Amino acid sequence: MEPADIGLWGVPLAILGGAIRVSTPFIFVSLGEAITERSGRINLGLEGILVFGAMTAYAIAVVTGSPWLGVLGAAGTGVLFGLFHGWICKFPKVNDIAIGIALMLFGSGLAFFFGKPYIQPSAPDLPALPLGFWSDIPQVQAALSVNVLFLIGAALSVALWWAFRNTRAGLVIRVVGDSGDAARAMGLNPNIVRLLATAVGGAFAAVGGAYLSLYYPGSWNEGISSGQGLMAVALVIFARWNPLGCFAAALLFGGAGALGPALQSVGVTQGYYLFYAAPYVLTLGIMIATSSRGRSLAGAPGELSITK
Amino acid sequence: MSAAESPAAGAWEWLARRSEAFVLPLAALLVGLLLFCVFLLFLGKSPLQFFDLMWRGGFGSWFSIQNTLSRAAPLLLAALCVALPARLGLVVIGGEGAIVLGGVAGAAVGHAFAGLPSVVGILGMALAGMAMGALWIGAVGALRHYRAVNETISSLLMAYIAIALMNHFVEGPLRDPASLNKPSTHPIDPAFAIGDIPGMDVHWGLIAGIVACVVAWVLIEKTAWGFSARIAGGNMRAAQVQGLAVGPLIVGFSALAGAFAGLAGVIEVAAVQGNANASIAAGYGYAGILVAFLARHNPLAIIPVAILLGGIDASGGLLQRRMGLPDATVQVLQGMIFLVILFSETFYGRFKAFNPDLWRRTR
Repeated sequence: MEPADIGLWGVPLAILGGAIRVSTPFIFVSLGEAITERSGRINLGLEGILVFGAMTAYAIAVVTGSPWLGVLGAAGTGVLFGLFHGWICKFPKVNDIAIGIALMLFGSGLAFFFGKPYIQPSAPDLPALPLGFWSDIPQVQAALSVNVLFLIGAALSVALWWAFRNTRAGLVIRVVGDSGDAARAMGLNPNIVRLLATAVGGAFAAVGGAYLSLYYPGSWNEGISSGQGLMAVALVIFARWNPLGCFAAALLFGGAGALGPALQSVGVTQGYYLFYAAPYVLTLGIMIATSSRGRSLAGAPGELSITK
Repeated sequence: MSAAESPAAGAWEWLARRSEAFVLPLAALLVGLLLFCVFLLFLGKSPLQFFDLMWRGGFGSWFSIQNTLSRAAPLLLAALCVALPARLGLVVIGGEGAIVLGGVAGAAVGHAFAGLPSVVGILGMALAGMAMGALWIGAVGALRHYRAVNETISSLLMAYIAIALMNHFVEGPLRDPASLNKPSTHPIDPAFAIGDIPGMDVHWGLIAGIVACVVAWVLIEKTAWGFSARIAGGNMRAAQVQGLAVGPLIVGFSALAGAFAGLAGVIEVAAVQGNANASIAAGYGYAGILVAFLARHNPLAIIPVAILLGGIDASGGLLQRRMGLPDATVQVLQGMIFLVILFSETFYGRFKAFNPDLWRRTR
């Protein structure tokens, strides 16, 4: 089909399509980080876990021919990394932010180490649903070709939002995150809760990585992540630790990331490289706007070292 | 008999207390290397061959030592960018941004000043790069103090913004039309290039880095300003109650840290590249984090640690060729060492050998 001439309408459409395509890893990583941070711990290592997850998923998909096995395998490695972070951070005087930075270097180092042989072969992609079937404009169809993982991410955001409010597990995580002492008084073991929350967070981040290598951009190489795992930390703060907010923030980021390519497609090439900075500028701007010296962040877990 | 009465026992106690800061990091380094050996054994590679190659590639010959020292030069300055704010309790990890923009600023001045005496040109480049870096990381400090924006995240976001800015300048306004395959800025005046130290194949950046470490050490350990910083780093609230001007302290230390990183960028441009291009984002900022933590944020300790890390880095090529290991091997090793070093923090004050108070209690 020939691309129809839809003029400047192409820009918002491309941004919408880009937002849906680019936001999925952000959804998963930020939901994972939200669970971890709600339990009172921060994991900057999600960036490394994301990269390692991308590599694992791609390698497994190449070997077995099944992208879903790849996603599952990635989640498994994410759990292992999360357990490691959770275990090492329980020791006194061990700084969870610094460990996260180390894990970020280590995780991406391991991924590049083991991923070297998988840069060449191509893996089967994750399937996408053609939600734009009702339209005969190719741009609309392209924008609404939605990957299954995006829909799963959306469903998970709602489920987590509900679970934090209404389930015992959600309550336990919130109590542990707000006050370790209160949790101990309730007979809970904060270390175990945080260990599990970090492990689940790791699994989420690794699935976000699997989306990168198996769908968009859909190949494995060493530049696959451009800080998605780290921006998730800022994103969670922006979302006020609320899973629904994470979903909305991820869409916003995806849209900001798609701004440059969308403008380029209609011939705006001035300052093309500056548009790459848009998501980071947006994040920083939001953090500056929402932080304040006088009060701690609304909704922040009390035990979180990043807001103290 | 109590320790104070016997000079010999007093000396032992002093030694015991002092040795903790050396023994624990060294032990952690050793454990990190051992873990890496286990990793190699799993892959069916020989740890002995690894150590042999690492020694030969990093320190075994005059050639490899010079190679090591060249790689250590930017690490010294990059590590200072982490270590100085860390004395105030700030974890700044985005030094890469200051390095990159410092390099761009230096390259711009190095081109604009062409034809001027080389002293003016080199000083101008250094000042431009340092000012740029100071502005960049100083802003991180200001955001931290005046808006309570977490410095770890903001510095990292700003590093990504800095790299986008660099790409913008290198591909756009500052691009040399003659650079076709590898976009770069106009070359600096060759008279401003920083040469090698006489008798060595290592550029003057190494000396600049060592001097910077010594200056930073004097500043922290021997001046009132450094003393205030150490107090604020120990307990920010207490420092404020005592009437210390914490704000200028935080912004000033961050700006100085950024200035060092900016200088690293200028040196990379003036001694290695000759212009600013994508290669100046080589990851020194991130390796500097490891160096600073290994040195426990002590500027003097940064010097040997940077040389050690430079040696590991320098042997990477040899490991790749002889053992058939991917180029990420060095990164895996660094990650392992980093994790063990951070984990070792938990052992400070826990070992009886380093704690004379515990000797007495049990006697």
